[in-house]
Amino acid sequence: MSSGLQNQRGESMAKSFRGGIHPDDRKRYTAAKPIEIAPVPQKVVIPTRQHLGAPCSPVVKVGDLVKKGQVVADAQAFVSSPIHASISGKVVDVADYPHPVFGYCPAVVIESDGLDEWIEGVPLSRDWKSLDVSNLKDLIRQGGVVGMGGAAFPTHVKLAPPAEKPIDIFILNAAECEPFLTADYRVMLEMTDRVIAGVQILMKVLGVKQGFIGIEENKPEAIAVIRKAVAGTGIEVVPLKTKYPQGAEKTLIKVIANREVPSGGLPMDVGVVVQNVGTAVAVANAVERGIPLVERVTTVTGGAIAEPKNLLLRIGTTFAQAIELCGGFKEEPAKLIMGGPMMGMAQCKTDVPIIKGTSGILALSAADINTGVEKPCIRCGRCVEACPMGLVPSMLSILGQRDLYQVAKEDYNLLDCVECGSCVYVCPAKRNIVHYVKLSKAQNAAAAVKK
Amino acid sequence: MSAETKIEVNRLTVSTSPHIRCDESISKIMWTVNAALAPAALFSIYQFGLPALRTMVICVLVAMATEYLVLKWQNKPNVVGDGSAVLTGLLLAMNIPATIPWYMPIVGAVVAIGIAKHTMGGLGFNIFNPALVGRAFLLASWPIAMTTWPTSAWMLSKVDGITSATPLGILKLQGYEKLVAIFGDKMEMYKYLFIGGRGGSLGETSAILLIIGGAYLIYRGYINWQVPVFMIGTVGLLTWAFGGHTGLFSGDPILHMMSGGLILGAFFMATDMVTIPITIKGQIIFAVGAGMLTTLIRLIGGYPEGVCYAILLMNSVTPLIDRLIKPQKYGSGR
Repeated sequence: MSSGLQNQRGESMAKSFRGGIHPDDRKRYTAAKPIEIAPVPQKVVIPTRQHLGAPCSPVVKVGDLVKKGQVVADAQAFVSSPIHASISGKVVDVADYPHPVFGYCPAVVIESDGLDEWIEGVPLSRDWKSLDVSNLKDLIRQGGVVGMGGAAFPTHVKLAPPAEKPIDIFILNAAECEPFLTADYRVMLEMTDRVIAGVQILMKVLGVKQGFIGIEENKPEAIAVIRKAVAGTGIEVVPLKTKYPQGAEKTLIKVIANREVPSGGLPMDVGVVVQNVGTAVAVANAVERGIPLVERVTTVTGGAIAEPKNLLLRIGTTFAQAIELCGGFKEEPAKLIMGGPMMGMAQCKTDVPIIKGTSGILALSAADINTGVEKPCIRCGRCVEACPMGLVPSMLSILGQRDLYQVAKEDYNLLDCVECGSCVYVCPAKRNIVHYVKLSKAQNAAAAVKK
Repeated sequence: MSAETKIEVNRLTVSTSPHIRCDESISKIMWTVNAALAPAALFSIYQFGLPALRTMVICVLVAMATEYLVLKWQNKPNVVGDGSAVLTGLLLAMNIPATIPWYMPIVGAVVAIGIAKHTMGGLGFNIFNPALVGRAFLLASWPIAMTTWPTSAWMLSKVDGITSATPLGILKLQGYEKLVAIFGDKMEMYKYLFIGGRGGSLGETSAILLIIGGAYLIYRGYINWQVPVFMIGTVGLLTWAFGGHTGLFSGDPILHMMSGGLILGAFFMATDMVTIPITIKGQIIFAVGAGMLTTLIRLIGGYPEGVCYAILLMNSVTPLIDRLIKPQKYGSGR
């Protein structure tokens, strides 16, 4: 509430939005730790579904020899993205393996030959300025680039808005508002030129003149470094108030562009495209060096990790391998999460692989999670104040609990919920509001299919 | 597959996000509200002596026992320790005279917890403020006992023989001039109202201690300042406008704002999360409505005081307010 007032005092104040929460950001464990390049794993498990959209089908078979960067799974559908080998070696299995999002999913298992050889012609050197837009789009698609903030939506699809929806603003989402995560922060500090090149390529593809980079105030070094790097490019760095969910796409657009994405709409409906820091780097790599998305920076942290780190990991490395590189567990983890603590997905085992959208691996101790028995709603209104979307989360939870999913949709804007979890974080009754929201959404979807 | 996996875990919890939560809890809120009431409660013991303590103990213990028995009977988990039954008991005690016969607070506490709270489904589901339902029940059942006020030690010297009267009661029956005369002059009257030292229910005597407790709750974020400010402000404005007998704006708003159960009600009962609207806008409507009804009852109704019924009446329209007043949804603006 107070942040809104502070905003109006002057432009020097960081920008903010209505609602939101202030959890301890816990970034201190890894913020000062440079990205460490993980050794090439002996074996990788590369799932054929690493993005939203049509799943890929394996294009290699057991026994094939593959090089790093070679396509191992692909799909013809537009809303899809090819998947590449992240090490060189032999395909030893093509079968269902554990997956951090889908439970089990077909995967290509590659055993390393120890050479770590690139496919022929990679890396190369290419000047993006000399390429035209359709060329750039093709290269981004071929590079298997997807949104690396977690949702993993194929990037080339976001870059191809229909003609009736002109885009005039590009925003690089560098808020990294999830507690614990520092991957984007380290990337900004250590791969600054890659980030800026990626932003410039993305802006050229979209044909936009206005580019913004939104960074939360708790990362002053990143703000300084990026500001220096964008000097003269016309791209503007926007410091944002440190508040969750500052980096949620819709809130970010409201804060930076002062536009509200309509209910059920997409950012492109208001002329905006948002991309994540890691995605910009992947775009720059794919375009300038022909390197497909085979590795990513992931923060491995949490109260149960012995030595938290920012690791550059090959896609297909298992969580167990990554945790081992961080000295293993120092205490029994209560929860293992892919992504951040607010929107990440809980895992039931450690042998799931890192995929393109894995921004973090969190091993949370019992003290970190502070759960409690779910009690009835006491209508304290904290969730209403925290909701960045202006909903009534308490009612969504009560209606969800009672199977009144249609009422939730029709009278309480269920479908506008972005599941940021702010309401659950502040709830004194420890209600699992996001759980009920997801349940109600699924029930509505199922009911729609029945009709 | 797991040959190279040296990382073993025994048991991982899998649940929907988010995976971290703040350390607030229902019991923390309830005990904090109890603590915020404590200064005024202790002052009432100082003022009215042991009868006040006795009434308080009866209310709290019976409220807890009733809660325990109802939960046990319904096979629900025992949550007596969460402080909400204690709070209901304490608030009920604050709303009745200290010297009331011992069995009446027992009935009040049983009605508050057993009927007002648990017939609706328990904590979080009750429409009406349980303590106020308990008080209303007692007032309807034993109107004389409920309006026979002990005289505080401080006030005794002032009123000299006039017992069983609250400032609002004197105002209603004998008029404003008589009331001021009892205290000597206006400033003296305000001083007594503000610091404490007048007849009345346990908790309605010291405005300043109630305001301190309420301010602490605002500081902790457990109540919104808008509720007490708008409720007390509405009463002040309306009594100033219509409370005098020499035309418009001849009333004494300070007297009305500081007397009766208004401060107690505005800070501790019109802010009861369960029974008021969930949005701040809705809470303002609630507070203004409660202030208007309080003034209506005080100036025109048969009772000298109307805070209890005003809040209960507004409790009944809370679901309607929540239905009509919803937060501004993102994406609805432009």
